[in-house]
Amino acid sequence: MLRDAALVAGKDLRIEIRSRVGLNQIGPFAIAVLLLFGLALGPDRQVLAPASAGLFWVAVLLSTVLAVQRSYAIESTDGARDGLRLSGLDPAGIFLGKTGAVAAQLLVLEAALSLGVALLYGAHLSGALVLAGACVAGTLGLAAVGTLYGVAASGLRIRETLLPLLFLPVVAPVLLAATKAWDEALAGTPGRAGGWLDVLVVFAVLYVAIGIVAFGSLLEDG
Amino acid sequence: MSKPARAVPPDQAAVVLRVLGATALVGVVATVWLGLFVTPPDEFMGNLVRLLYVHPPMAWVAFLAYGVASLASLLYLWPRTREAHFDRLAGASAEVGVVFTGLTLASGSIWGRPTWGAWWVWDPLLTTTALLFVLYLGYLALRRVPGEFHVRARRSAIGALIAFIDVPIVYFSVEWWRSLHQAPTVLNPTTHKTYVHGSMAWTLLLGFVSFTLVYVWLMAHRYRLAKLQDLEDSEGLEAALAERRAEAVAG
Repeated sequence: MLRDAALVAGKDLRIEIRSRVGLNQIGPFAIAVLLLFGLALGPDRQVLAPASAGLFWVAVLLSTVLAVQRSYAIESTDGARDGLRLSGLDPAGIFLGKTGAVAAQLLVLEAALSLGVALLYGAHLSGALVLAGACVAGTLGLAAVGTLYGVAASGLRIRETLLPLLFLPVVAPVLLAATKAWDEALAGTPGRAGGWLDVLVVFAVLYVAIGIVAFGSLLEDG
Repeated sequence: MSKPARAVPPDQAAVVLRVLGATALVGVVATVWLGLFVTPPDEFMGNLVRLLYVHPPMAWVAFLAYGVASLASLLYLWPRTREAHFDRLAGASAEVGVVFTGLTLASGSIWGRPTWGAWWVWDPLLTTTALLFVLYLGYLALRRVPGEFHVRARRSAIGALIAFIDVPIVYFSVEWWRSLHQAPTVLNPTTHKTYVHGSMAWTLLLGFVSFTLVYVWLMAHRYRLAKLQDLEDSEGLEAALAERRAEAVAG
């Protein structure tokens, strides 16, 4: 299963490195979102700095929708999905691979976005360990839910509108917990973020487990 | 289909459904009458208390409906109990649940404006209910995607479970985030005192019973409709096939 996961993740990441859709579209999209938040809230750093954790994670959530759509767009042409189905790879491995690839791209994006909130909103990046921990656990949960709903919606004609509607309400706890963890870290009290990190870990573990169990039948059906 | 199903449900079921509908209607009318005219205004809340004869029953029905939908989805996913009627039951129940969630949010909001001074407060129960509303709207959207019956049913069942598992996580994280909802006042375990008395308690109880009947009645009708739709789909296909065959023979 893990070997299959590594194969699928390697394939997806290779395609991303060669096509640069993530770099050329999803990254700039996230930066545009950060700029728009700045315009919506005004130039006052006293307003922006305290809100930066939440704005960061909303930008990540919106980018996840794009990353997941992209992850299945590469399977939609030339019968790639049938190829994946017939490849004999373990469906759980395919799920983990696709989740891992989406998560890896999002983590790179988050590194760039955290510099963005430091520069644009004047957030003081402290408590690096908590920030990174929240990113890893939160992103894994986001990628798992995204990949799961992505395969349910892929192949449907209305997938572009259906995926965000399905995905965003489910990941509300990730937005909440990751934002609170970041808030504590940015406020210089990373020790108080522990419980929120637990929420993120529980969420990620639950949805990765569901994905491992359910992905196969969703992939078969589509 | 080898065995053609009956398009019209057996008479007995129709009669039961009609009696159920009439009882539910009488119950709701009685709740309204008792709630508006018979019961006294509350000592603290005044006439606002009358909203509480319908708001908790609506919320109860919404949660009951989601519980039934989740259970039915689980039963559909379980290979030994994979039957078409569990899928229809899940869909029918979730649809009624969404309607009652909307009603819960609206009635709660109307109650909150004079009580808390705002149409909306970011309290755990309210926030969870609002997220439930969008979660299950998403589920209904997923159900509406056309496709082969078992494909659609399995996809929907997994979607329902993904949503259902989210509910406790949402609730606990939001509760942790902030808390100000009025503690349930009917039976408050911390004070061991019942706050609702006499006619008020009976009206509330009647509200619960009659709204539950309304739920069962609506769901049964929705279920019947879904069954007829499936039947129409399959018979329509068979009719088209027969027509095509006749054409081929004639040609």
